[in-house]
Amino acid sequence: MNYLGKDVQLKVVGTRPIRPDGVEKVNGRAAFGADVAVSGMIHAKVVRSPHAHARIKSIDTSKAEAVKGVSAVITGTDLPDIPSEEAFVGEGPANFREMSHNVIARDKVLYDGHAVAAVAATSAAIAEEAARLVEVEYEVLQHVISVEEAMADGAPVLHDDMFTQGVDPKPTKASNVAKRVEFKLGDSNAAFAKADVIVQRQYKTQPVHQAYIEPHACVVSYNPDGQAQIWCSSQGQFMVRAFCAKLLGMDIASIRVMPMEIGGGFGGKTLVYLEPLALALSKKSGRPVKMVMSREEVFRGSGPTSGGTINVKIGATMNGRIVAAECETILQAGAFPGSPVGPACMTAFACYDLTDVTAFGYDVVSNRPKVAAYRAPGAPISTFAVESAVDELAQKLGMDPGELRLINAAKDETKAAYGPTLKNIGFVETLESAIASQHYTSGLGEAPKGKRRGRGIASGFWFNIGGESSGATYVNEDGTVTVVSGNPDIGGSRASMGMMAAEVLGIEVERVRTVVGDTASVGYSFLTGGSRVTFATGMAVTQSAEEVRDDLCRRAALIWEIDADAVEWRDGHAHPAGENAGKSDPLSLSDIAAKSGRTGGPIAAKSSINAQGAGPGYATHICDVEVDEETGQVAILRYTAVQDVGKAIHPAYVEGQMQGGAVQGIGWALNEEYIYNKDGRLDNPGFLDYRVPVASDLPMIETVLIEVPNPRHPFGAKGVGEVPIVPPMAAVANAISNATGLRMPNLPMSPPHVRAALDAAKA
Amino acid sequence: MATVNVSNQMCRPFVGTVQVLELEVDTVRALINELERLFPGLGPQLEESMAVAIDGVIVQDTYLEPIGPDSEVFLIPKIAGG
Repeated sequence: MNYLGKDVQLKVVGTRPIRPDGVEKVNGRAAFGADVAVSGMIHAKVVRSPHAHARIKSIDTSKAEAVKGVSAVITGTDLPDIPSEEAFVGEGPANFREMSHNVIARDKVLYDGHAVAAVAATSAAIAEEAARLVEVEYEVLQHVISVEEAMADGAPVLHDDMFTQGVDPKPTKASNVAKRVEFKLGDSNAAFAKADVIVQRQYKTQPVHQAYIEPHACVVSYNPDGQAQIWCSSQGQFMVRAFCAKLLGMDIASIRVMPMEIGGGFGGKTLVYLEPLALALSKKSGRPVKMVMSREEVFRGSGPTSGGTINVKIGATMNGRIVAAECETILQAGAFPGSPVGPACMTAFACYDLTDVTAFGYDVVSNRPKVAAYRAPGAPISTFAVESAVDELAQKLGMDPGELRLINAAKDETKAAYGPTLKNIGFVETLESAIASQHYTSGLGEAPKGKRRGRGIASGFWFNIGGESSGATYVNEDGTVTVVSGNPDIGGSRASMGMMAAEVLGIEVERVRTVVGDTASVGYSFLTGGSRVTFATGMAVTQSAEEVRDDLCRRAALIWEIDADAVEWRDGHAHPAGENAGKSDPLSLSDIAAKSGRTGGPIAAKSSINAQGAGPGYATHICDVEVDEETGQVAILRYTAVQDVGKAIHPAYVEGQMQGGAVQGIGWALNEEYIYNKDGRLDNPGFLDYRVPVASDLPMIETVLIEVPNPRHPFGAKGVGEVPIVPPMAAVANAISNATGLRMPNLPMSPPHVRAALDAAKA
Repeated sequence: MATVNVSNQMCRPFVGTVQVLELEVDTVRALINELERLFPGLGPQLEESMAVAIDGVIVQDTYLEPIGPDSEVFLIPKIAGG
C-alpha cells in the first residue's frame, strides 16, 4: 500500500477522539486474565526452586496429592520431551526445547524461582498448601550471576552441550558463552590513528524487569476430545496458541486462545510461562485450571531484560567529526541463551554517519531467569554507553553535545553502522528540534544550597518491524462498523485501527467499534511487539476498509442501475459521478447497509498481509536534573522527548508511548536493579524494594512529535512504542555529569552510588 | 544487477571471504535460490534467520519483495522487538 501523500485532507487520522477502552479501564470492568472464571474451575500454584543452580535428584509428590481438594500434580515428566528446534516465532529466535525446560525444569534448576512442579486444587489456598508438601531433593551446585562470573575460568557450566557459536575455531569445551556476534564497517582499528581526541570507558547496566502492573494470569480448559480453550493476558494470542501446541504436542487447530485485556507487557509477555502448565494440569485433572502469578513470582520466575558490560571507544577530530568507533557488549541471557546482543550491537552507533566502526558482543548464560524482550531489546543498553561516550567527547572537545551529534548525524543515504543505506529517516529533524527547543535553550535556574543542577541530551534508534497481520471490517445492518484486529491492544491500537477505518469510509470514528479477535475469529497475526501493530495491522485494517468502500460503491451502482465506474465515495456517502451517472441523491452507509441482502449479502471484507518496510524510529531526549550532594538523590526537574513518529494516527496515544518509554528509561537509569544474595536468591522480588518511578517522582514528560512520513504506509505511520526507552539512561547520566562533573558509568545511578561517586571525587 | 552484501558474520560459514556479489535476481525468493546455488546452506540460513535490506528498507519472512536491477541488498540478522 502506498502513502496517500501529505496533501490529502484527513478528517479522522491525526485527531484525538476519546479512547474507546477508557471507561471500562477506569471503572474496573475491563476483563483481564485474572478476572476470568468458568464453570468447574480449579486453581493451581507453581512449586519453585529455592536454589540458583542445582541438580534435581528426586521429586516426591505423594504428600501433595494426598491433600483433600487436590485434583492434579505435574512435574517436568508431564510435558513431552521435544527435540532442540530453533524457530523465529516470538520476539527473537526461540528454541522450543529450551522454552519447555524454562517453563518447567527437567534434570536441573537454573535460577531461584525456576518452576519444578505445579499443583491444582479446588481453591488457591489448598493448592498453595499442597505445593509446600511437594518434596524435591536437590544437589546444590555452584552458581554464577554476573557475566564476569559466568565467563571466568573454572566457572560452573550451566549447559554441558553449549559451545560458543560465531568463533573460529569452534571451541571443544562447553562454556557459558552461547555466541559471539560482530558488525563491522571499514577498519576502526586503523582509523583511530586519525583521531585528535579519543574517549574510552567501560559501562555496566543491571537487568531490569519490564515491571508490568498486571502479573501473568490464565484460565485453561482442556476437553476430553482434545480441544482446549485458553483465556489469558498476552502480547499475542496466536503466539500463545503456537507455543502451547508445540510444548504439549497438540495440533494448533485444537487450541483456541481468547486474548484478555493486558495490564502492560513491554515485551515481557511475548512468551509463555503459565499456559503450558495450566494446559497440562487441565488435561490431567479434567477441570478448567486458573493460574495467576504473585508479584514475587513475576520477579523470580519471569524474564527481565539483560544486564551487561559495555566497552566503548570513540575517536574524533578537533572539529567534532567522529572518525572511528568501537563497542564491545557482553549481555546476560539468564538461564538459557538468547540475550539481545545482536540488536544491541546493530543499534549502538545507528544514530551516526560513520565509515569505520566495529560493534561486537557476547551472549552469556548465568543463573538468573531467562531474559525476555523489553522495549527495543538491547538498544537501551549499548546506547547508554555510546551516548555517554559521545557526551564525554563533547566535553573534551568543548562542544555543545547537541551540535556534536548534528555534525555526525545519520541522514538519508547514510550507510548504517550495521550495513544498509538509510532512507526516509527523521533523526536530524529530532536533533534540530531538540536543540532549538525552549527546554534546551532555557536556563537551569539556580540550585538550592547543597544541590547541583545539570542538563543532558541523548539520542536513540530502533528498527521497528512489520510482519504478518490480519484485520476485518464489517458493516452492520444500521450502518455502524465493526473492525476486528488480530492483535492485543497494548498501546492504543484499537483506537488507531478504528480511526483508520473511519477515515477510509468517511464516517465519524464514533460509528466504528474495534474489537480484538480470538484465534478462531480473525486471521493469523504475529504478536503485538516490535512497534508493528499500527503499521502492519493498521495496513490490513485499512485494506479491508478500502475493499468495503469499493463494495459500497458497487452496491450503490446496483441500486441506481448505473455503471460501477460512475460512483464515487465521499464523506461517508456514495455519489453519482460523471456525465451519464444521473442525479440521484447520495446514499449513506446506513442506506446501503439496509439493502445489503438485496445487493449481494453481508458487507464485509478481511485482509491478511505480510507488511514490510516499517521504517526506523529516532528520538532525542533532553533531561534536567538536580543532584542532592548529601543524599545522592537525583530529581528529574524537566524532561522532553522528541521523536520522529512518521504520522501520529492518534497523537495522545503516541505521546503516551513516548512518555511511558521515557519513564521506564528513567527508572532503569536511577533505581531499578535485581539484588541477589550470596546464595543466588533474589532479595527484592517486589515493588517496595524494586523501585520503579511513580507519578509523584517525575514531572510531566513533554513531547514533541516530528512527522517524517513512512512511504510504505497509507497514512505515513512508523512504529513509535520502542525508541522512547532508548535515550533516557544516557540523557540522565549526561545531565548528572553536567551537574557534578562526574561520569557515572554504572547503572543504576541510585542515591548510594551517586553519593559514593561524589565522596570519591572529594577524597 | 543487484549488489548483494554478504559480509555479515552469519553468512561467513558459507561464503568465506566473499563480501559483495553482483546478482541478477528480481525477488527475495530468487535471491534465496541463487545464494543457495552459489553457497549451499546459505539459502535456508537466509530464509530462517535473516532479514534483507533492499535499498535501505528492511524486509523479512517474505519471498515476494521485489529487488530492482540496481538495488543495494544487505543481509542482516532478523529483527524482533519488545
